[in-house]
Amino acid sequence: MANLEKYNNAFIETFEITEDKLAGLKYQDIEAWDSVGHMGLIAALEEAFDIMMDTDDIIDFSSYEKGKEILSKSEYGVEF
Amino acid sequence: MTFDEILSIPPYSLDEEEKGKLLTERLLELTRLHRKNCPEYANMLDAVGFDPDGVKSYKELPFLPVRLFKEMDLKSVTKEEIVKTMTSSGTSGQAVSKIYLDRSTSANQQKTMVKIVSEFTGSGRMPMIIIDCPSVVKNRAMFSARGAGILGFSIFGSKKIYALDDDMKLDVSGVSDFLEQHKGERILLFGFTFMVWQHFYKELKRLKEEGIAFDLSNGILIHGGGWKKLISEAVSHDEFHKSMEEICGLKDIHDYYGMVEQTGCIYMECECGHLHASNFSDVIIRRPLDFSEADTGETGIIQVVSTIPESYPGHSLLTEDEGSVVGIDDCPCGRKGKYFKINGRLKNAEIRGCSDTYAAKF
Repeated sequence: MANLEKYNNAFIETFEITEDKLAGLKYQDIEAWDSVGHMGLIAALEEAFDIMMDTDDIIDFSSYEKGKEILSKSEYGVEF
Repeated sequence: MTFDEILSIPPYSLDEEEKGKLLTERLLELTRLHRKNCPEYANMLDAVGFDPDGVKSYKELPFLPVRLFKEMDLKSVTKEEIVKTMTSSGTSGQAVSKIYLDRSTSANQQKTMVKIVSEFTGSGRMPMIIIDCPSVVKNRAMFSARGAGILGFSIFGSKKIYALDDDMKLDVSGVSDFLEQHKGERILLFGFTFMVWQHFYKELKRLKEEGIAFDLSNGILIHGGGWKKLISEAVSHDEFHKSMEEICGLKDIHDYYGMVEQTGCIYMECECGHLHASNFSDVIIRRPLDFSEADTGETGIIQVVSTIPESYPGHSLLTEDEGSVVGIDDCPCGRKGKYFKINGRLKNAEIRGCSDTYAAKF
């Protein structure tokens, strides 16, 4: 599966939303992406890409776009 | 001074004078902000004739009794800006505090908590055993203090397991499988003091008699929420530590003091057994008769100040807890700032704290 597809699926499955809602989606924009949902999303992404994220990155992960930026960093090395 | 500037300073690096300057500037700003945006708060300041221009130290700022958040809906943001409402723990029938958070206050709470706890655990994440039941975080709209505590600490967990089921029974096979999977790794354990004692320690003790033992000598336990019930069962701090080590080898144990009204700014217990105030917050011990500041070693009522709250006027609060300052800037653990101890609740104060309210059922 392509990385973008894995990334999108983590959001779609965790928050039970459709793909068209992803662009521009921010933390707390939808009910499902609250602090509980956030930890669920992180767990799903870590599982999908077999990585362990730093606490600072978990906190900075504030939107769909920001998350891509974080995962693209060298320590995670996910290419989109 | 913005909160991000405070976040960039290591949490236990400032001495009394530097920290005093930082707190005075930030807390004065927050006082002005809330006076402008929360009419009830403005009325209270007007009623006592508070003049911010004459303030030289954060110790002169007015403080609200924590109870007020039960009696009034105090917020400095519009309804639309609120993303989360947190409630205090209470025994059944008790009124609960309601704390309104906007996006930025909520994020700053989590950032602060991570900065503080990382000073004790390191910044790496660890397999985590949560000594509570999973249903605590289920009701997401109304966040209890207990759920918020668990969730706040969850960020340190790489893989997580709840050690108790919804009947508060220890999941023996679940926990032992988890420990087997993460053999040799450092394990983070988190729970509220009474639950840890009642549902974890006592169960481990029973299991040991049956020949089943857990090895948690690689573990670090963070627990909080009040000692009231354990004191009544004559379990002291030292006894708690000694028992834990005996039953499962757990030696790295840290209590913390904190409250839902100032989430994020927790006071962690260091290796020397002292609770520490970080740069983000402070405790001021007040004499009950005239609210003047007590001397080091003198017991009084605890006032807490926090640099975080922007969405509700909770930056300076008088608690119903009693304690005393042990020292400032010179704890043998090397951390700067005030270190102190808690004696317990004021007489006739209502029961609160995630551990104590739960324990009231026993």
